[in-house]
Amino acid sequence: MRLDYVVEMREIRKEFPGVVACDDINFQVKKGEIHALLGENGAGKSTLMNILFGLYQPENGEIYLHGKKVNVANPNIANDLGIGMVHQHFKLVHNFTVTENIILGLEPTRAMMIDIRTASARISKLSKQYGLNVDPDAKISEVSVGMQQRVEILKMLYRDAEILIFDEPTAVLTPQEVRELMKIMRSLIDEGKTIILITHKLREIMAIADRCTVIRWGKLVGTVKVSETTEEKLAEMMVGRKVLFEIKKKEAHLGEEILKIENLSVLSSSGALGLKNFSLGVKCGEIVGLAGVDGNGQAELVEAIIGLRSIESGKIIVHGTDVSSFPVRERIKKGMAHIPDDRHKHGLILDYTVQENLVLKNYYLEPFSRRGFLNWDLIQEHASRVIKDFDVRAGEGPDSSARSLSGGNQQKAIVGREIDGNPEILIAVQPTRGLDVGAIEYIHRRLIEQRDQGKAVLLISLELDEILDLSDRIAVINSGELVGLVNAAETNENEIGLMMAGVKRGATA
Amino acid sequence: MKTKVRVKKDFLMSLFAVFLGLLAGAILMVVTGNNPFDGFYYLFRGGMMNIERIGNTLGMATPLIFAGLSVAFAFKTGLFNIGGAGQMLIGGLCATAIGLTFDWPKPILLLAIVFGSLIGGALWAALPGYLKARFNVHEVVSTIMMNWIAYWSIFYIVPAYFKGPFLETESQRIPEAASMKVPWLTSLFSGSYINLGIFLAIIFVVISALILEKTTLGYELKAVGYNRDAAEAAGISVNRNIILSMSIAGALAGLGGATFYVGYASNMQIGVLPSQGFDGIAVALLGANSPWGVFAAAIFFGLLHTGKGFMNAMTAIPPEIADTIIATIIYFAATSVLIERNWDRIKRFRAGALLRKAKKRTLEAGSGGDQ
Repeated sequence: MRLDYVVEMREIRKEFPGVVACDDINFQVKKGEIHALLGENGAGKSTLMNILFGLYQPENGEIYLHGKKVNVANPNIANDLGIGMVHQHFKLVHNFTVTENIILGLEPTRAMMIDIRTASARISKLSKQYGLNVDPDAKISEVSVGMQQRVEILKMLYRDAEILIFDEPTAVLTPQEVRELMKIMRSLIDEGKTIILITHKLREIMAIADRCTVIRWGKLVGTVKVSETTEEKLAEMMVGRKVLFEIKKKEAHLGEEILKIENLSVLSSSGALGLKNFSLGVKCGEIVGLAGVDGNGQAELVEAIIGLRSIESGKIIVHGTDVSSFPVRERIKKGMAHIPDDRHKHGLILDYTVQENLVLKNYYLEPFSRRGFLNWDLIQEHASRVIKDFDVRAGEGPDSSARSLSGGNQQKAIVGREIDGNPEILIAVQPTRGLDVGAIEYIHRRLIEQRDQGKAVLLISLELDEILDLSDRIAVINSGELVGLVNAAETNENEIGLMMAGVKRGATA
Repeated sequence: MKTKVRVKKDFLMSLFAVFLGLLAGAILMVVTGNNPFDGFYYLFRGGMMNIERIGNTLGMATPLIFAGLSVAFAFKTGLFNIGGAGQMLIGGLCATAIGLTFDWPKPILLLAIVFGSLIGGALWAALPGYLKARFNVHEVVSTIMMNWIAYWSIFYIVPAYFKGPFLETESQRIPEAASMKVPWLTSLFSGSYINLGIFLAIIFVVISALILEKTTLGYELKAVGYNRDAAEAAGISVNRNIILSMSIAGALAGLGGATFYVGYASNMQIGVLPSQGFDGIAVALLGANSPWGVFAAAIFFGLLHTGKGFMNAMTAIPPEIADTIIATIIYFAATSVLIERNWDRIKRFRAGALLRKAKKRTLEAGSGGDQ
């Protein structure tokens, strides 16, 4: 028995209807290392880790911890075995304090009462030991996302976990918070813990991991030492082909200003002004990126443009017509397309099939229907074509339920539907959120293609890299107001970053 | 074609629920000291031993089909229509009123009755639909209230305008011309109370299936039911579809009322909410909300209702056993999600066992070859 592996998973096999999520995967982790698990969305990396954590039972295969065979039947057993997991979506009770959340499930008691004080003291000690800087008495609803993540980490430490699994931990963090998290991870390693990091962000792997295991389509591609590889090589292993990191853009050929937003004010759900006197124009043949920290009026702007939220004052002009009082459908008819940031809420009907989803915006038009009757043959034909054109991988083709698709393929289906409708204006909101390199590259290429074909693209993203890479002009929003509008070629990350914080251009000079 | 797999699974689940319900009934019969084989023999014989009984089963099932369709249709749009009973009353009132008021030839009168009850039921349900769309009043609350409004309206209107010759509590009998019973059908089923309503029911099963599967209307209704937000973002009017869905559901229940009050029965009694309105929920559940599933489930329930009297007459088993079976089936149909989950687990377990066995065998075969 090789005792140098803390975790060894042998020939793990897991099948879901229509897919083999893990195809006899072997996976070994050494003590004290940060081991990255890399793969595209739907490659099977989360499934593999859910098996280790006891959330799924494999069809076949064995798990060894410290050389001893174990049966992880459920997460409680995983806890007892010293395995902890920080899920992508945090599992915290929002109106509980940090301490209450951490002790949930194993409340220490003294004379039938929960002994909060002892627990709180221990949490403080742990927090100090690992440099987490968490206030044990703060309410979850009042702390930042980054802090919530640390609470999740503390939850594992409180349960004496030795093997810590992080599922896409940086997806929800700002660049500064990512740096902090990496520091924390290093201090965890220094204290003798072992970390498994599920991710598809190559840069993070290069920055922090010791070794990296790559999975593609449920199969093991290989395990490599990070010091002996490059981002390009990892990407190639992950995607199965060479990946272009640079985005090639032709010079913009500008046309008319097709979308004009004039002095737009919109109320947010809380009743305050979420968008204040906002003006912006988008010309045919350009991508205008809107940068900003989440929750600064982007949602209000998008919903107002596509017609889901009524406006207080101002104008939304498309092709010279003020559409601000038009219903959603009329705006779509005017050539507006929308890639929503929440694909499950606004993008797809998950219980519908792919083919049904692909006609969601034009099912009522000929030829998909005539006199109120749907033409299923044509709808299926159309779906097959879009699936092919946009490389949507669906187990059962047009008949697959949208729910069964991986996130990346769901997004491709949405992008396919919106672009296939041949819009004049494309409003892309976080179009690559939660996607892997391959899918991001693909969607970026499609957005540029739209621009080159003379369409107007408004890109709203929280990823500054994405904005900088794709945009011709960059608008920055803060507290619902336009801070500035700059040419992408004449700016840099720092300047945009300052503007995102609300500092107007030139104010510091 | 596209929903084949799903339909098959739902069908199996419903059969399973029925089987478990019958099993529970059998156990009850044994516990009460009876022979379950005799019991079931007479229960089913009572529902179909001769042409008259079959006719009665179909007659009993007719309003159930409509009530089930009504619930199932609303459910596709994510709405829970508990107002079937009230909508049936209003449909029945419209039918009775037309039948007692106009002296037209039978075909024209029946046509008027069909449209009258359809429109009455639709309007009665459109109001809760509007309240939901406009003010977000939950349809469960408003349709239940509408049931009682219907109940008391009948209480007033029937004695006031259509009072029967002898009793205060029921309407006059409708004339021959206004009844959905027709001599040729009655004699074909040797005197049973089957009526033209069953054909009407079949027509509306077909229409409902057609709307849901083939039309843009059905596509919109289901889209709103599955995901309101996505439907709205795609330009589908959510409010319009909620009102439409409730109206169609009400129209179906209203028609059910007509088949009940001027088909199965021939007058209206006050002070009764038709139980079929509520049974429709069970029918829709067992029929997995699909029109043909509803059809089959309603006939099955009709069979149990018709046969239970015969079972009681021929054995010592009380008729309540049949009701218990129905209740148990509803229970298992409602928990079919659980059954489904376990079903998957069993299948997975077996598949895994097979795989391991196969693997072991190949391993053994391989090592055998080495030797």
